[in-house]
Amino acid sequence: MTYSTKGRIFNIQRFSIHDGPGIRTIVFFKGCYMRCAWCCNPESQEYEIQTMAEKDKIKTVGRDVTVEELLPELLADVNYYRRSGGGITLSGGEILAQHTFAAALLKACKENGLHTAVESTGFASFDKIQAILPHLDLYLMDIKHMDSAKHKEYTSAPNELILENAKKIAASGVELIIRTPVVPGFNDTAEEIRAISRFAASLPRVKEHHLLPYHRLGQDKYAGLGRNYGLKEILPPSKEKMEYLLSVAEESGLKCQIGG
Amino acid sequence: MENIKFVLEKSARIQKLIDDMFTGMPEIESARAKLITESYKTTEDLPIIRRRSAAFAHILRNIPIVIHDHELIVGSATVKARGCQVFPEFSYEWLLEELDTVSTRAADPFAISEKTKEELRSILPYWKGKTTSDLARSLMTPEAYDGFVKHNVYTPGNYFYNGIGHVSVQYCKVLNKGYRGIIAEADAALEKLDVTDADYVERSNFLLAVIESCEAVIEYAHRYATLASEMAAKEKDPTRKEELKRIAKNCAHVPEFPATNFYEACQSFWFIQLLLQVESNGHSISPGRFDQYMYPFYKKDLAAGVTTPEAAQELLDCIWIKLNDINKVRDHASADGFAGYGAFQNLIVGGQNVHGMDATNDLSYMCLEASIQTALPQPSISIRVWNGSPESLLIKAASLTRIGTGVPAYYNDEIIIPALMSRGVSMEDARDYAIIGCVEPQKGGKTDGWHDAAFFNMCRPMELVFSNGVNEGEKIGPDTGDVTEMKTFEEFFEAYKTQQSYMIKLMVNSINAIDLAHARRCPLPFESCMVEDCIGRGRSMQEGGAVYNFSGPQGFGIANNTDGLLAVKQLVFDEKKVTMSELKEAMAANFGYGIKGKKAEEITTKLATEIARQGIEITDKIVLSIYNQITTGGGIDDEKKKRYREIKRLIDETCPKYGNDIYEVDMFAREVGNTYTKEVEKYKNPRGGVFQAGLYPVSANVPLGAQTGATPDGRLAYSPIADGIGPASGRDVKGPTATANSVAKLEQGVASNGTLLNQKFHPSALAGMSGLTKFVALIRSYFDQKGMHMQFNVVTRETLIDAQKNPEKYKTLVVRVAGYSALFTTLSRSLQDDIINRTEQGF
Repeated sequence: MTYSTKGRIFNIQRFSIHDGPGIRTIVFFKGCYMRCAWCCNPESQEYEIQTMAEKDKIKTVGRDVTVEELLPELLADVNYYRRSGGGITLSGGEILAQHTFAAALLKACKENGLHTAVESTGFASFDKIQAILPHLDLYLMDIKHMDSAKHKEYTSAPNELILENAKKIAASGVELIIRTPVVPGFNDTAEEIRAISRFAASLPRVKEHHLLPYHRLGQDKYAGLGRNYGLKEILPPSKEKMEYLLSVAEESGLKCQIGG
Repeated sequence: MENIKFVLEKSARIQKLIDDMFTGMPEIESARAKLITESYKTTEDLPIIRRRSAAFAHILRNIPIVIHDHELIVGSATVKARGCQVFPEFSYEWLLEELDTVSTRAADPFAISEKTKEELRSILPYWKGKTTSDLARSLMTPEAYDGFVKHNVYTPGNYFYNGIGHVSVQYCKVLNKGYRGIIAEADAALEKLDVTDADYVERSNFLLAVIESCEAVIEYAHRYATLASEMAAKEKDPTRKEELKRIAKNCAHVPEFPATNFYEACQSFWFIQLLLQVESNGHSISPGRFDQYMYPFYKKDLAAGVTTPEAAQELLDCIWIKLNDINKVRDHASADGFAGYGAFQNLIVGGQNVHGMDATNDLSYMCLEASIQTALPQPSISIRVWNGSPESLLIKAASLTRIGTGVPAYYNDEIIIPALMSRGVSMEDARDYAIIGCVEPQKGGKTDGWHDAAFFNMCRPMELVFSNGVNEGEKIGPDTGDVTEMKTFEEFFEAYKTQQSYMIKLMVNSINAIDLAHARRCPLPFESCMVEDCIGRGRSMQEGGAVYNFSGPQGFGIANNTDGLLAVKQLVFDEKKVTMSELKEAMAANFGYGIKGKKAEEITTKLATEIARQGIEITDKIVLSIYNQITTGGGIDDEKKKRYREIKRLIDETCPKYGNDIYEVDMFAREVGNTYTKEVEKYKNPRGGVFQAGLYPVSANVPLGAQTGATPDGRLAYSPIADGIGPASGRDVKGPTATANSVAKLEQGVASNGTLLNQKFHPSALAGMSGLTKFVALIRSYFDQKGMHMQFNVVTRETLIDAQKNPEKYKTLVVRVAGYSALFTTLSRSLQDDIINRTEQGF
């Protein structure tokens, strides 16, 4: 693992304030194992470099970069990280699909004194996760549903491996926060949210469960990629609904919040 | 759960006062103009300083006074709320010309009755040849005068037409000694003079003028005491009766004598603040460090149990509302530049004390709370931030930012203190700085800063490079050669600097001429008695009586010129994709795009008139066809049009842009900024001080942009120039941290007259405690990098668009324009559009 390790990303977003503590810079990895129907970054799913129409322009999505090339931009906001307790978050796509690159990038960040976080589903063999854990401060892990069949129906993947990995990550000592996208018609009942929150509370040292309300901000990108958006009929959950589900999640005793 | 300090109950009185104040359109009144003219006619044989105090006294003895319902703090310059008086001694011709249009103009309209018009028409002609403006004009070189009036390269119009203002006086001295104490001080100084002293005449007359002014102020307060007593006698409501009696008691005691409690201190403060603006119509008369000089009174009352935080808060709110009662009518061009009826009364909280320790106290929070409770454009509230600022104060400030009124503005002690010291201000005085008007730092009570001395449009010298110094067929700049013959980028950049340096010289001449005109014709004895060391020197502030003297003209257009110069370097000299002649042609043809909006109408009218003059009959069809050609760029060969547009595309899409945290680009922007700041600081003013540059346009980037052709950064003709020291609109695409990093690369300390960075946020970025703390961290991080000032618009795009469509629904919607807050619906359409289009910072 060196600074010459190469990976494929599709975006870097500075001044991110909803993806881990403080002010953060997010690196979005390209390529994902799953195909969630509500995905707001559909351009993240394919590993291949693609083109996407955006307004009246054609944009190339995806580029290959080395850790060394990426670092200056990740260090540009170091003042903001320091003042806010922020840092770097790797997101995707699924970062475990490029675990060697993820590990090299996280290591480089740690060497430069930055706080590190990942947003990941944990849907990968645990040795890939093990590769990144030594360089990681915070694992923001998505658990979308406790019912494996329903999970598979909406995300294309079953959940057994995810739940098993969650236990192992919790046991590793890395700070773990469980996050759930609340998608109407998929997991927005009290029973479904309660089940996830209970599971989260059963994990050692896990203290927080975040509920992320479904939004439609990625909808136009589907058209830009020449794809259909499967959830056209669905409206974002109301504020009242989210607050109700929050109170349900809080029954688990975890610290819960709406949004990241 | 949000834990924000000093969230206090809002008194029911406050909303009533606000509603009453904003019922009608502000109106022009003629009482002051009438009184000053009467007085001047009887004092023609007196020295000017005595004529000024005699006129001030005559005004204060006779101007109508009024106490409005629910008021606890009294004193109004006009009978009707938010009205304005007329100040013919500065200039009047524009007002005579605009009497019939001032109520219908786009920016800052004022109602005016036929009776007032009549009166003004009969009074104003007396002033012909007698104004500061008349004298300033004759003192300027013709080139300097043309450079501003005819060619608009720079505009010292504000002080050319109006009073100076831009001062923060020794409020503390009046609160603690009273005007009786100042009279005693002047008397003592008179005692020390000997009739044989060489400067006896000058000094004694100044001191006598101070005494006459202070006596007049005392008498004015007593008129209010009498009025309040009379009203109390008639009042049926027992609560209001008691309030009026208390008001009468206050006005009988202050500002004549030292304030003995917080309420008296508030009333005394208000008389000072009000009467400074009756003596002269200068704006930006700034309360400064209000939380510091008012705190001892509050602390004493609280300890003695004679007040509560809620009662003190109600008084603060009342003062905040009164600060909105001050209004000023400007000529229509200045109104565009300072749109929003602003009085720019800057009041600042927090920061260091003279010993370099944190000065935050309870009033610092309560002042911010007053701005939350009243949510009005005035005061322009500011906060000083330093490494030792308590987080809780910044969180409180952020919670005010979040309500979307554009305040407070945040200032960085860590750069401003050394910047002031570099101009010769002592360390203790520098630590005690306040902000004047929009963004200008000074040591209050000791400084005649002449901030806002002029706007300098840095895009104009750039235009002059392309025309070799010619504007509208007239040679106004130096010969820098045919731009199409230039062989290197360095030669091009040098030409820009040459044009700019020459224009700066002309500007300095015009500013110094105006400066002298004010000293000769409008010295201000009342203001001067509260600025050190005027009494000691026996000289008004306008004649150099202050300890520190500066002149601060502000440049703007760094972003456009940085992007433009880099585009020329890349496309013309490095890549050779575009020749200089092509670029020149493309700019002259507005890159093949038509000219839109009001400017298109202006050009159409001009061309149609031209044709008519040649004896050709003008039909609607001809007018329409000219208009269509102008708006679509018709009349340009299709091939050429395509090429011009391609050139703009190359500039837009392939050249680097300032504001994206690109080191080389930002360091070049620093160099461009220094071409202005380091040139300006070479010059001296007639008060014995130096010039110091500012970098901010207030809102003049819109109207002055409307007089500037296309620029090599791809900016279309007559569109706004970049705001403040920020990137050109829409060109910063990497979010607020990247923008701030770029802007921090400028050498801001050299711009010791102030810099301005606007950022715009969606309210969701400040949601919850977590949003507030991250927002505070963003400010601190910019300040870690030696940024000087930051301010924020927090309002949704949708809200602004809706407000444009339905102004009646948004009468009190306040937005940050550029160094001050204004009522959105009172701004001109183009300025509204500019605010809407400013990049909404992504997150």
